[in-house]
Amino acid sequence: MTSNSRIELVCPAGSLPALKTAVDHGADCVYLGFKDATNARNFTGLNFDANAMREGVRYAHDRRRKVLLALNTYPQASNWTAWTAAIDRAADLGIDAVILADPGLMAYAQKTHPQLRLHLSVQGSATSYEAINFYAERFGIQRAVLPRVLSLPQVEQVIANTGVEIEVFGFGGLCVMVEGRCALSAYATGESPNCNGACSPGKHVRWEQTPNGMETRLNGILIDRFGDGERAGYPTLCKGRFDVNGETYYAIEEPTSLNTLELLPDLAGAGIRAIKIEGRQRSPAYVAQVTRVWREALDRVMRDADSFKVQPTWIAELDKISEGRSHTLGAYYRPWK
Amino acid sequence: MNPMKLALGPLLYYWPRQATLDFYAQVADSPADVVYVGETVCSRRHELRLEDWFEVAAMLRAAGKEVVLSSQSLIESESDLKALRRIVAQTDFRVEANDMSAVHLLTGAGRRDWIAGPTLNIFNPPTLALLAESGATRWVAPPEMSGAVLTELLASGAPEIETEVLAWGRLPLAHSARCFTARHFNLQKDTCEFRCLGMSDGLVLRTREGESFLTLNGVQTQSARVHNLLADLTSVRQSAQVVRVSPQGEHTIRVLELFRESADGQLAPQEAFRRSAEWMVEAPCNGFWHGRPGVEQYVPS
Repeated sequence: MTSNSRIELVCPAGSLPALKTAVDHGADCVYLGFKDATNARNFTGLNFDANAMREGVRYAHDRRRKVLLALNTYPQASNWTAWTAAIDRAADLGIDAVILADPGLMAYAQKTHPQLRLHLSVQGSATSYEAINFYAERFGIQRAVLPRVLSLPQVEQVIANTGVEIEVFGFGGLCVMVEGRCALSAYATGESPNCNGACSPGKHVRWEQTPNGMETRLNGILIDRFGDGERAGYPTLCKGRFDVNGETYYAIEEPTSLNTLELLPDLAGAGIRAIKIEGRQRSPAYVAQVTRVWREALDRVMRDADSFKVQPTWIAELDKISEGRSHTLGAYYRPWK
Repeated sequence: MNPMKLALGPLLYYWPRQATLDFYAQVADSPADVVYVGETVCSRRHELRLEDWFEVAAMLRAAGKEVVLSSQSLIESESDLKALRRIVAQTDFRVEANDMSAVHLLTGAGRRDWIAGPTLNIFNPPTLALLAESGATRWVAPPEMSGAVLTELLASGAPEIETEVLAWGRLPLAHSARCFTARHFNLQKDTCEFRCLGMSDGLVLRTREGESFLTLNGVQTQSARVHNLLADLTSVRQSAQVVRVSPQGEHTIRVLELFRESADGQLAPQEAFRRSAEWMVEAPCNGFWHGRPGVEQYVPS
């Protein structure tokens, strides 16, 4: 694999306007979900019904872009048919690939819609080529999205040992835990990314101005407290301040976003085939800004990786829309671990 | 009701070598029928090397236990895979697959006797059937799965396979590439100085109101509360043939004895639960089993 291979820019679409914005600003693919628990961004007011999806697919296909459908939660016996029906609908709507995590669903998709392209979701928690090759041999997956846990050399090692295309996260909200292996939200609220498609869901959130400052709670559990000069962030469970041994700090992770712009030449050199932008829950304005910057960066890398330089204006623009207005390389950079 | 096998899950904490060996010497004389051994959390832990775990396994087998080698839950590096290949290559003991890498290697080796571990995310009958066809003869339900969902899963044409449920211990809630124990000491994972060594029950994380919330155990995050299904053992046994106790810093053998006595009908579930208060490092919780937030202690009305 050479650094000149085409790398697809995969952008989030939580709504039809966001989809059109992503396409207009240079996304190669957009990914989206239905308005229900079949995907991992099951938030109120977000996502697509069949009509909006049909319109979105038409809009993207008219401009020769692809549409990927995330069906990346784990169905249970009682709701199994809702997930298989979603796969059937995806096939009918001409979706270019479905992004799945559950092996049972992959088997269903492979048998029922053999022409449908399968991607292994980050929620499948496949962090090694042995795991990825299992899904490839069994279900014919053609792409795997890597969890945000591997360092750059580990990503290279995966790519060197699998024929499956590798997609990595480039920018956006940072899951500190291995995706698909986190029940923190379920523990606090009863709703999990795995089964309900939601982490730290809004209906369990409470903001309360108290004499101690602004307090944010998740199902009654204090996640953080902010002084007058501090900007109170959303109480995502793993990004609160807690007390360990008498020391109060961001014990798990700060409110920060992943940004791998500076690694882009290395990632391209490693042979990644797609780079994913997180944020289906974000506005079309976010999608526009982040897609524009990443389109430009990716085009430069694919033209000439050696002379690639991160432009300060890119970082400034991305930090404006980042969680906590800061960014990190996450696990790609070993010391983060 | 079917006879209940009592299982001791893998040791999730990092204890000094002698403490670990002493613990398993006690386990040999405990009421556990099945013992899972091996390092599942962090590849840097080395008080016991793989060969040492094989020896512990052999000792426990000689004491009459069914012994299973548990594989690491998060596989990141080539050396992680190398260790995994060695576990799969041995044929003396069954293997608990805690990642799809292990499933791939076990199926590749033609093994038909393995256990699908709790991190494999088995939530529905087709996925369970798939793993059973691939050679799994037992599976451990994800801790977040409720009793009702499990019952439904098993009633919906599930294959012939043993079911195991975690019934005691701090809940393993998440894994990360980052080590939160090292982070607490402002260290990086690669140079962690093995600070988790000897934290026999992990490191408690509290809210800013002082409420125990989570437990930091290296790259693993657990609940602070102790998931305790002693009071729910009757409904657990309707679905599960194997009931798992997760090791804790002290009194694990007492806990195993409580489960044994309760399963044998010598102790009523409520009485067993009442007595267990003495052996818990924190308040109990059982919300997951009742389809509620895991942190809750739910008493059915």
